[in-house]
Amino acid sequence: MLDSPISKREGQLLNIDPVLMGALVVLCGMGLAVLYSAANHEMDVIIRQSAHFAVGFVVLLFLAQIPSKQLFKWSPWLYLAGLALLITVLMIGYTGKGAQRWLDLGILRFQPSEFMKIFVPMMAAWYLSNKHAPLPLRHVFVAVLIVGVPTWLISIQPDLGTALLVLCVGIFVIFLAGTTWRSLAVFGSLILVALPVSWFYLHDYQQQRILTLLDPERDPLGTGYHIIQSKIAIGSGGVYGKGWLNGTQSQLDFIPERSTDFIFAVLGEEFGFLGTVLLLLTYGFIVMRGLSIAYRAEDTYSRVLAGSLSLSFFVYFVVNIGMVSGLLPVVGVPLPLISYGGTSAVTILAAFGILMSIHSHRKLFVP
Amino acid sequence: MYVVALLVVLSLLVLGLRLFFMQVQSHDYYKTRSQENRIKLVPTPPMRGLVYDRNLNLLAVNKPSYQIRVTPVQVEDVEQAILHLSELIELDEHHLKKFHADMKRKQPFESIPLKTNLNESEVARFSVNRHRFPGVEITAHTNRYYPMDGVNVHALGYVGRIDSSEIQKLDKRNYSGTNYIGKLGVEKFYEEVLHGEVGYQHVEINAQGRKLRVLESIPPVPGEDIVLTLDARLQEVALQALGERRGSVVAIEPATGEILAFVSAPTYNPNLFVNGIDSKRYMQLRSDPDQPLFNRALAGQYPPGSTIKPMVALAGLHYGVVQAQDTIWAGPYFQLPGHRRKYHDWKKEGHGWVDMTKAITQSSDVYFYTLAHNLGIDRMSEFLEHFNFGHKTGLDTWGEAKGILPSQEWKNRMYGQPWYPGETVITGIGQGYMSATPLQLAIATSVLATRGQRIQPKILRAVRTSGAVEQPAHSAATRSVDVADRFYWELVINAMVDVVHKPNGTAYLVGKDAGYQIAGKTGTAQVFSLDQDEETRRAQKENIDERLRDHGLFIAFAPVKDPKIAISVIVENGGSGSGAAAPVAKAVMDYYLLGKVPGQPDAS
Repeated sequence: MLDSPISKREGQLLNIDPVLMGALVVLCGMGLAVLYSAANHEMDVIIRQSAHFAVGFVVLLFLAQIPSKQLFKWSPWLYLAGLALLITVLMIGYTGKGAQRWLDLGILRFQPSEFMKIFVPMMAAWYLSNKHAPLPLRHVFVAVLIVGVPTWLISIQPDLGTALLVLCVGIFVIFLAGTTWRSLAVFGSLILVALPVSWFYLHDYQQQRILTLLDPERDPLGTGYHIIQSKIAIGSGGVYGKGWLNGTQSQLDFIPERSTDFIFAVLGEEFGFLGTVLLLLTYGFIVMRGLSIAYRAEDTYSRVLAGSLSLSFFVYFVVNIGMVSGLLPVVGVPLPLISYGGTSAVTILAAFGILMSIHSHRKLFVP
Repeated sequence: MYVVALLVVLSLLVLGLRLFFMQVQSHDYYKTRSQENRIKLVPTPPMRGLVYDRNLNLLAVNKPSYQIRVTPVQVEDVEQAILHLSELIELDEHHLKKFHADMKRKQPFESIPLKTNLNESEVARFSVNRHRFPGVEITAHTNRYYPMDGVNVHALGYVGRIDSSEIQKLDKRNYSGTNYIGKLGVEKFYEEVLHGEVGYQHVEINAQGRKLRVLESIPPVPGEDIVLTLDARLQEVALQALGERRGSVVAIEPATGEILAFVSAPTYNPNLFVNGIDSKRYMQLRSDPDQPLFNRALAGQYPPGSTIKPMVALAGLHYGVVQAQDTIWAGPYFQLPGHRRKYHDWKKEGHGWVDMTKAITQSSDVYFYTLAHNLGIDRMSEFLEHFNFGHKTGLDTWGEAKGILPSQEWKNRMYGQPWYPGETVITGIGQGYMSATPLQLAIATSVLATRGQRIQPKILRAVRTSGAVEQPAHSAATRSVDVADRFYWELVINAMVDVVHKPNGTAYLVGKDAGYQIAGKTGTAQVFSLDQDEETRRAQKENIDERLRDHGLFIAFAPVKDPKIAISVIVENGGSGSGAAAPVAKAVMDYYLLGKVPGQPDAS
């Protein structure tokens, strides 16, 4: 199987999928344009974000060269290293905004929880790839543990947004690996039971955010302010938008966190419905491309991994746009490749590196 | 895999629909909200109208004032900033207390005043160091200022910060940028004229509430300037003449009803009230036994004493109860027929045989006891009503008292008791139930001066709109006081001239070297009911506490042939009208008629 002719794709430059690559570059370009407006026209921010993208694309290119079998072998070790980093963060992490998320390595600071967005699906896929569908309940249980432990570690940092995303991608793996409806039902009802219980373990500000989602106007100058202002920004953009750099909500400071979590509001205000639909189409296109790569993957591990990574990217932007437009609670999830931020950009591009690698070792013909 | 793809497409559709709903369907709603966010209507308060006296001296002006304000959201560490500010600007405990209280009430993006009325050097020191204090700014606005301090306060009143009960009654739109409102006197009565019409600025603001630029502005319409009938110099002369004593001076131009002087002493400084007086000083004023806050001229109700004798005499003539030349024996006391009680004269031995002129000149009590008894209370009351006793004069100001003009009906209404003949007797010399304000006395004097023209007094002379002078719309209403024979006026007035100019007159002291003819009448009002046993009273008189001494009253007008000024003076606990009140009236008339400034050699 190692040198099987159908798994080798010839003539592919650096194992890159040009279609996916093109879409990603377009997305990053849009991101920089919106970011320039959101960050008070500071070139500094643009240069730093470009540097993040550059690092991200180098990582992407690097991972694209590594065959998925190699990744398969590394999976448990990467996962364990990730767990170790998470524990380290809890003990000596750098505190930012009331949560311990960062590790400081002198020259760079990073969030280990971001890496888990890749390591967890790798590990879960590794564990489940040699099990045959439909999965028996005990395998599902082990997989849930694999996902649950890091989710828990991240949620007590506390970083609810990332924890939920890690949980999501883990569930996608289990789902894609072929679970039974019965075990889905069992875990589904477990989660339903856990929801009201977990309410009491949520921090005050997290409870506030959920309450505020239900009725943002109940505290218009406190917690609800974020959502109200971002909805006003998006809605006032209209069909064509107020024009680049001309959004009054954006330029007059009414949108909080507008270069990070709420950057979608800036885009909505300045580029209007046309802009937001264009962004949705680009995102949709990328997800579809990722799913098609998963569909053609040569083995279960690759298929499950590619599928879950694509879906996690999907969840990323749906949750962010949902929260900024007032459909979901504010959980602190950045808009992929548009929001300012290094670790998130690098992690996402790294995931696409893995997808590229899987793509270049795909089956040429699907039976 | 197809299921997953379908889910992705569905989710995208949901998001797309949500965005369609917000950006296309509800666009107008959100557009309005974003406009409301961005554009703020900032009211521009109008400049308050100035107040002049009749000679166009400024009585109330608007003085530029500097205020230092802090916007908490723009300051990194408010406490630290205030600490550094206190090195440049003097900050007291009460500034800080008020600031912290405001900070709790307001949103963090609202700017909060830290100190008002910075002096020039504080402004300069801050300006140099401005860069060190982001979020701290100095704003300029105007403060009401009364350049003559307390001289006119009881007529002019003052403005102060709008309080919560006033907010309820105000036109909120027009007062949206205004901090001050008239609290008393002219400032309150003519609030509408003085205030003006608010203007607006549409300004673009950012989320912190900082003004970025003005998009449109509607300028305010300044309040109108007003000219009062008061003569500020005359006010000063009157106050000076009263000196340290408590009392009141009201002077009127008889022909027009214009109030020339309106003084209640002691006064207080209205400038203390403009920005809120501190409670310690307020308590001091409130508990001062001299009651500087009390407006004696308007609301002080005193027994008029002998000052009403000319009017009682006129009543006697009018009803034919007495003829001017009728003489009676005025002994030491009067007794009602069949009663034992003695009503003593102020003069122990009495005045002997007196006719009406002599009775007024020497202020014989017994003559007026007799006349009052013959008139009866109801006729006396009816006649005195023509002189405005017992009614408000309708002066254009707030807080006027109406005094008491007793009658049988009045006593029955107030106490449910019958009227006793003895009460008629003492009403004849202005004692007993009867009381009047200094303003009422001045009006009554002016009726005498005009020989029967009762005019409505006024304090507003004109309204000035952009420099042009307009007369006030209301022209003073006049009512005639008719007596049976017009000659009676001259009879009584001649007797009042004798009061001042005849050596046996009670006010001869002031009349003997006057350069013009004055008609006047002295009066003494008992502060408390002394034991009617006159002997003890006399004995005690020299020793009684100053506060229990009689009030001295004097009414006068001059020149007699063509009266230019009618005046009433009350000196509390002055002892007598002739000694205490008459010289004050003389000083005021001297200045008004001759331009003579007291304490200086004759100006003429």
